[in-house]
Amino acid sequence: MALLDLSDVTVSIGALTPLDRIAFSIEAGEIIGVVGESGSGKSLTAMAVMGLLPLIGGRITSGAVRFADVELNRLPERDYRALRGRRIALISQNPMTSLDPIRRVGEQIDQVSMMHLGLGTEQARLRSVDMMRQLRIPEADVVHGNYPHQLSGGMKQRIVIAMALAADPELIVADEPTTALDVTIQAQIIQIMVEMARRKNVALMLITHDMGVVAQACDRVVVLYAGRVAETGSVERIFAAPRHPYTKSLIGCIPVEGLPPGGLKGIDGVVPGVANYPTGCRFHPRCSLAQDRCKIEAPLLRALDEGAAACHLAGDPP
Amino acid sequence: MALFLIRRLLLLIPVFLAVSLVIFMIVRFVPGDPIDNLLQIGSTEEQKTAMIAAYGLDRALPVQYTIWLGKMLQGDLGEAIILRQPVSTLIAQNLPHSLILGSLALAFSTLVGIATGALAASFKDGWLDRLVMTLILLGSTLPSFWLGLLMILLFAVQLGWFPVSGARSWSALVLPVLTIGIGGVALVARVTRAAMIEIARKDFVTMLHAKGVPPLQIQLGHVLRHALLPVVTILSLRIGWVLGGAVTIEYVFARPGLGSLLITSLNQRDYPVVQGCLLMLAIAVILGTLIGDIVQAAMDPRLRETLR
Repeated sequence: MALLDLSDVTVSIGALTPLDRIAFSIEAGEIIGVVGESGSGKSLTAMAVMGLLPLIGGRITSGAVRFADVELNRLPERDYRALRGRRIALISQNPMTSLDPIRRVGEQIDQVSMMHLGLGTEQARLRSVDMMRQLRIPEADVVHGNYPHQLSGGMKQRIVIAMALAADPELIVADEPTTALDVTIQAQIIQIMVEMARRKNVALMLITHDMGVVAQACDRVVVLYAGRVAETGSVERIFAAPRHPYTKSLIGCIPVEGLPPGGLKGIDGVVPGVANYPTGCRFHPRCSLAQDRCKIEAPLLRALDEGAAACHLAGDPP
Repeated sequence: MALFLIRRLLLLIPVFLAVSLVIFMIVRFVPGDPIDNLLQIGSTEEQKTAMIAAYGLDRALPVQYTIWLGKMLQGDLGEAIILRQPVSTLIAQNLPHSLILGSLALAFSTLVGIATGALAASFKDGWLDRLVMTLILLGSTLPSFWLGLLMILLFAVQLGWFPVSGARSWSALVLPVLTIGIGGVALVARVTRAAMIEIARKDFVTMLHAKGVPPLQIQLGHVLRHALLPVVTILSLRIGWVLGGAVTIEYVFARPGLGSLLITSLNQRDYPVVQGCLLMLAIAVILGTLIGDIVQAAMDPRLRETLR
């Protein structure tokens, strides 16, 4: 039984349908990478799992999000709220703006354990400081009393991570947790997150556009393109034998040793906007292997020997 | 924080001097003078000259200013030329009326304004929000003297709930406070609503939802707290306005007060009284902004940081 299971989740915002039949699952304690370019629907998937779509005017129109056998999209808001921060936590994209600027950072971590675990002020403080130490925040008890603007970006993201871990959740959704940080500390933050997830046996849904990060940190990968799942599979299989041309192109974007100058391949074109998704396979305008069939008929996500892919040409292993 | 306070207080000295100079000059640039109001018809030119000399109005303006400033620093605002009383006595008689009216009106507009603004923001685009916004538009466009007259007609003349005018009882305060306060309510409510809607879109609010904080607690404990920062600015600017800007209302309701005193003495060109009243109002504005800055610094740690 998977901890989190999305089956054919379709999300609408007004007349638009930015997510189309998203399907994947996460096992307890598993680290899964959700990858794709900007605009492929990664953050929306996170919002759908967190049940925060109403904040941006969106809703799940069909399909189901199941968490430990509870159908989240049918859950009354009250019960959903009790899960949020308690069993499913969010680490947001930008630590610079995700903390309340006029409250002490410690207070903001305490809030979670006080609210969900019923701790008193002092107990919550001790718990938060302990968590901050585990996240290698120096002088944790001093930092506990600091305001966000007094901390660096990396420190702030550690605070956000501490906030996510505060009530011992079973699943953490991390939405591009390092995009807003300096390159020099990105690796550090990813490493700390992965280490904590492994140690506390928390499942981690790591949203990123960096295939390098996925290769280092994840067990399995979900590749999204233009609001659809392109491919899923274990990290080993995806990197060794990608079945979807888009996955292949993403892997081609990772810089490797010994690459000649100008040798790094990008992907031509951009992800189409949600208002003008192409017919058929949404990747066909950018796909070098596209055939006539790809322009008309949308490929279904088909199970492979390991994982699944949505490509007409994925049937025969390369 | 203490250093910031001392610096702000020291900064008040040049501001105060500049304001006093401007007040002194403006009063004298207005055509006409108090002697014309005092002289009996048929007085001779000699009598006029003697009178001008008696009030020291024949000396050069810089000399007059220095004398006034010197006395003022000793707490002596001079003697009213027409009303023949010490200016400080006149102000002491009138200021309490203005202070009570002003502070009640300010308190009314603060409380009701923040409450309606927060309600409107929480039910954004609902019927309650639309109703509030329409009332706000009405409240901020109605001229207050006209609103005052309407209120008198309805509540004092027709219904007889409150006295028409005067300042003898507490019930006489209700209509003037409402009249002045409603404009303030509209302003405060609009700023509160706009600020809350803007802040509700910020990332940290999404994060609060993701932490499972109940929406009401997010609105009141986090969003409103941020929205109060611009509201404090508006309110601090309004302190001086309410004290002096209530002039027309004091007139409509025939209440004693700083505004009434100012208008009367301005008509008579009673220089010392006009100067005294204007100075009081200027001090109120200066203190208002100072208080606003202090309150903001107390509420916003980022601001405190830059003040060190």
